Amino acid sequence: MAILIDERTRVVVQGITGHQGSFHTGQMIEYGTRVVAGVSPGKEGQEVKGVPVYDTVEAAVEKHGATASVIFVPAPFAKDAVLEALEAGIKLVVVITEHVPLHDAMEIMARARLKGATIIGPNTFGVISPGKSKIGIMPNQIYTPGRVGIVARSGTLSYEIAASLSQAGFGQSTVVGMGGDRVVGLSFIDVLKMFEQDRETEAVVLVGEIGGTAEEEAAEYIKGMSKPVVAYLAGKHAPPGKRMGHAGAIIERGRGTYQSKVEALEAGGARVAALPWQVADLVREALR
Amino acid sequence: MKFFEYMAKEVFRERGIPTPRGRVAATPDEAARVAEEVGGPVAVKSQVLAGGRGKAGGIRFADTPDQARQVAADLLGQEVRGYRVERVLVEEKLRIDRELYLGIAVDTGRKLPLVIASVHGGVNIEEVPEKDIVKRPVDITLGLYPYFARGIARRLGLEGAVARQFADLLTRLYRIFRDYDAELVEINPLVISGDRLIAADGRLNIDDDSRFRHEDLPEVSEATELERRVREIGLSYVELDGDIAVMANGAGITMATIDVLTEYGGRAMNFLDAGGGAAVEPMAKAMAVLVSTNPKAIFVNIFGGITRCDDVANAIVTVKRQQGIPVPLVVRLVGTNEDKGVAILREHGIEAFRDMGEAARKAVELARQGGER
Repeated sequence: MAILIDERTRVVVQGITGHQGSFHTGQMIEYGTRVVAGVSPGKEGQEVKGVPVYDTVEAAVEKHGATASVIFVPAPFAKDAVLEALEAGIKLVVVITEHVPLHDAMEIMARARLKGATIIGPNTFGVISPGKSKIGIMPNQIYTPGRVGIVARSGTLSYEIAASLSQAGFGQSTVVGMGGDRVVGLSFIDVLKMFEQDRETEAVVLVGEIGGTAEEEAAEYIKGMSKPVVAYLAGKHAPPGKRMGHAGAIIERGRGTYQSKVEALEAGGARVAALPWQVADLVREALR
Repeated sequence: MKFFEYMAKEVFRERGIPTPRGRVAATPDEAARVAEEVGGPVAVKSQVLAGGRGKAGGIRFADTPDQARQVAADLLGQEVRGYRVERVLVEEKLRIDRELYLGIAVDTGRKLPLVIASVHGGVNIEEVPEKDIVKRPVDITLGLYPYFARGIARRLGLEGAVARQFADLLTRLYRIFRDYDAELVEINPLVISGDRLIAADGRLNIDDDSRFRHEDLPEVSEATELERRVREIGLSYVELDGDIAVMANGAGITMATIDVLTEYGGRAMNFLDAGGGAAVEPMAKAMAVLVSTNPKAIFVNIFGGITRCDDVANAIVTVKRQQGIPVPLVVRLVGTNEDKGVAILREHGIEAFRDMGEAARKAVELARQGGER
């Protein structure tokens, strides 16, 4: 089953003629993703990696039945691109673009809510259901199909954890990158709910970090989950008042600390790993 | 990007939000002149990007221009909450009848702007009991209408002229929030003086990612000189106070690297995120900066996804050849093109680790030995 995407998902790449767009279109096709069309205004008629390019998302939907979109459009134009996808009836939009303005992100989310669509990102590595499909920029080789779901705020750290899970023999059902920004489409709770209902997922790994209160809110939901949750959080030793790369990763006025997140998650029944490579051990324990 | 108080108030003034009379001064004499213009008692407020200035002695009062000169001389050049005072804001001292709190922030859970208001102003909003705070999200697709603002005035128990002014002021404040791509706009305290409402303090924090829409705005940076140098290369950098220089790829893994070093008894000197797909040249430049900070050890922790391990290896080798790496270097390198990367490093006498924990332990050990030298 997997969540969000599977082998039938038909993907349109917005910004397909750009450097990142064309490279990752190739990577996605190699992985088996059904990339059916690309969009680059003014470049209709071209082809990228054998994929036809159109001026509008509407054309990609009409001609190829695209159901999901991935955005590789530069930040100043990302909002326009997402709104176009929503208008064309796309129900899943993955926004890889980083540095999308906060107010643009809020407007995007409001529109998506109205259209009943799901946004992943901005500033995300995307979503992958190993062996079925991937929409995003994650490396192909580290994932194996299996029964552990992963939801993460950060890219490379989640690669690290996915790779160590694969090595320990735990494949993944779906891996979702929420994005490192403050305003993103999916919350931990949204994704945990999907994993809870997914028959192929037996345990969930939550990769969080300091800043905000998303992990604390997730902890409340975890209390009622039937599946075990293992968490790892980055930023235990980050000083307050300093933004550690991600827009959301900052301890301000004592909010969003490592300690409060760990306490909440443990109170919610999650096992929290102190070091990244301990996640696999805790998953083994949880599934015993 | 945070605006100084005086800059926030300039914006308020332009947009019709009442502020105290006065302006910013950079010297004691200038402060005296402003006090003269204002006439009567003044407040002299150090302009730093930190909260809690009042408690830290950063806000003083003066009855005469001479006193204002003296107070300004005291404050200028001082450190308040870790920031050097380079300017003071000299303003009329307000007669305060009541203090309110009014702010607009981003509610990351609801993904909407959130108006926050309270009849308890003048203190940190976190200290106000939740039941005394009015919080209402704004539908960003609609905007903030006067009826919405009147509703909040009513909830706060404001009446008559004050209620009318409050609603007008909040509508204007929301326009500022939107027009400036703000993360936060705050008036604390919003003072009731007789039948007037006045923004006695002001905060305006602007989203850095919206910079391309606001090229006309001034640049206010909290970054240190070193942070500025690395950020100019296009990488994310934060100075910390340890002795092991850190470079990793991705914000999450860089934070995790710092955590692991600390757990093993080491201390990171910095947070350097070389990014998801860092290229050879910026990475080499960043490495060169790390070397120049003279750490006791350098720890490079790369999980190659889009970042290719051979690119990382080439960056390291470039720096080694061009300027030398005179401190112990520990490299952990796995992922895309790992074999190529490891081979390049080996040719140049650098061993790469596969295991993050083992590598971190080694870095801590080497830094410790370096300290005993």
